[in-house]
Amino acid sequence: MAISVKVIRRPEAARSSYLRAALKGMSLTFRHMVNPRKVTRSYPEEPTELHPRWRGTHRMEVHADGRPKCVACGLCPTVCPANCIRLVGGEDDQGNRYPIVYEIDEFRCIFCGMCQEVCPVEAIHVGQHFENAEYTRERFVYDLDRLMEQEHPVTALWDPSDPASE
Amino acid sequence: MNELSPTAFLIAAAVKVLAVFTALMVAIMYATWAERRLSAFIQDRLGPNRVGPFGLLQPIADGLKNIIKEETDPATASRFFFVLGPMLSIMPALVTFAVIPFAAPLPTPWGAVDMIVADLPVGVLYILAIGSLGVYGIFLGGWSSNNKYALLGGLRASAQMVSYEVGLGLSLIPVMMLAGNVTLTRMVADQQLGLWYILPLSLGFLLFLISAFAETNRLPFDMPEAESELVTGYHTEYSSMKFSMFFIAEYAHVITASALMATLFLGGWDIPFWSGDNFIPYEGGLISGFTAAGDPIPAQLSIWTTLLTLGAFMLKTAFFVVLYIWVRWTLPRFRYDQVMHLGWKVMLPTALAYVMLVGATILVLDQLGVSGGPGFALALTGVSLVATAMFALYLDRGRIITGAAPAGRAARPAPAAHP
Repeated sequence: MAISVKVIRRPEAARSSYLRAALKGMSLTFRHMVNPRKVTRSYPEEPTELHPRWRGTHRMEVHADGRPKCVACGLCPTVCPANCIRLVGGEDDQGNRYPIVYEIDEFRCIFCGMCQEVCPVEAIHVGQHFENAEYTRERFVYDLDRLMEQEHPVTALWDPSDPASE
Repeated sequence: MNELSPTAFLIAAAVKVLAVFTALMVAIMYATWAERRLSAFIQDRLGPNRVGPFGLLQPIADGLKNIIKEETDPATASRFFFVLGPMLSIMPALVTFAVIPFAAPLPTPWGAVDMIVADLPVGVLYILAIGSLGVYGIFLGGWSSNNKYALLGGLRASAQMVSYEVGLGLSLIPVMMLAGNVTLTRMVADQQLGLWYILPLSLGFLLFLISAFAETNRLPFDMPEAESELVTGYHTEYSSMKFSMFFIAEYAHVITASALMATLFLGGWDIPFWSGDNFIPYEGGLISGFTAAGDPIPAQLSIWTTLLTLGAFMLKTAFFVVLYIWVRWTLPRFRYDQVMHLGWKVMLPTALAYVMLVGATILVLDQLGVSGGPGFALALTGVSLVATAMFALYLDRGRIITGAAPAGRAARPAPAAHP
């Protein structure tokens, strides 16, 4: 949106009214005072509405049997611009790759969402969640179990056929 | 009702002092709460509503915070006067309320107790004298902080309060002339019998209202504080409870000025159109009025009338407190020279002329033999209305209401009438 500058020509002080202007202003403020429509949102009671592509803290999708969907391909730590994902992959008897260590430092994360975009199996997601207060800094490094426990909705990816998300 | 014995008088006085002081402090607390809530409503916000129901415990939380906050002492401040400033500021603000009658006399087994802390015969003069002491606290605080903003704030406060003291005093002279004395209880009694003084002395009320805004340093006259120019003026260097004391003093001034306006111009604790609350001292007793034949009717005191009149007084005071808040969040601050211009070149001559006008009117009416009674009050009402209209016309003649109209719209000519 272009910035529009509204130039207001003010009358010189000697020509402005005392009583009538004061009464006029007071009637205006009175109308606002009694108007029940306020702009304040009572936040914890009225939750903030998040947009579908709003990106918050991560969550790891799990299979029906409780295993993480992650196949430890290593794409997300590679693409991560903040270098906040630590991944150590392993392989089980059938040759399936799985993450032994999967940690995301939410303090380093810049919430760009590239891990979600790059993931080939739709395992790691950024989510619609921002109420993350903790008592210690260590708690902000989310390990695999923590990521799998998260239940908030995941962020919708950008759809090239619908660029404005309509 | 019999007179109080000296012991009963002492005890009653002590109880009244405690009760009025407590009530005043609570009123100050809730004035700050009302200020914050109403300012929020005016700005389409909600304001503090978290501490207690509707945020009613917010002032207590604020007070606790201010008491346990660290107090900073500027190293270059003049320590003695720096401490003295808030004390001198808060003391007169609280003491002024002592002479304001706040309810009808209360009947007790020991006699009727006047609902006023000190029924001084010189009530109005006492208020003017004590009220002008408030400037010393502000000025000392501003000077001793050794801070240029604080000094400027203190300087402005003294100049402004001294200027408007004149207008305030002169606008009260018509009230004294009409009442015939300076005792606030007698003024209330006079208004109960006749009209409230706001009608016969409408211009005096207007001048008093404007001067009272200036005296209490509230917007649009808050030169001494002027957040955007002087940081916060005289209390820039103050923190924690010392700052809070300046704040309490400001709100105490607001409440006292409101109570004073209610007493002087809106009949004090009088309930309109009801003679049951009239307690007029007359020949040693209290009467509620006169019969048609001119015989005094003895007054019937009861605890309910006391409570009702107390409610009426509180309602009137609250109205003016809300008016103070409402004006503060509506009008912008005057420039310093405009304040001085309004004070000396507009208020002072108008107040002087009005004193002359009211004096002349009373004299003429006396000569015509109409002293007292409805005709007297109505004649004064008419004269004052004309004077008020002329004052308003003089202030606003040929002046623009729209403060900042878009240039195009203001300059657009009226649409041509189609034939």
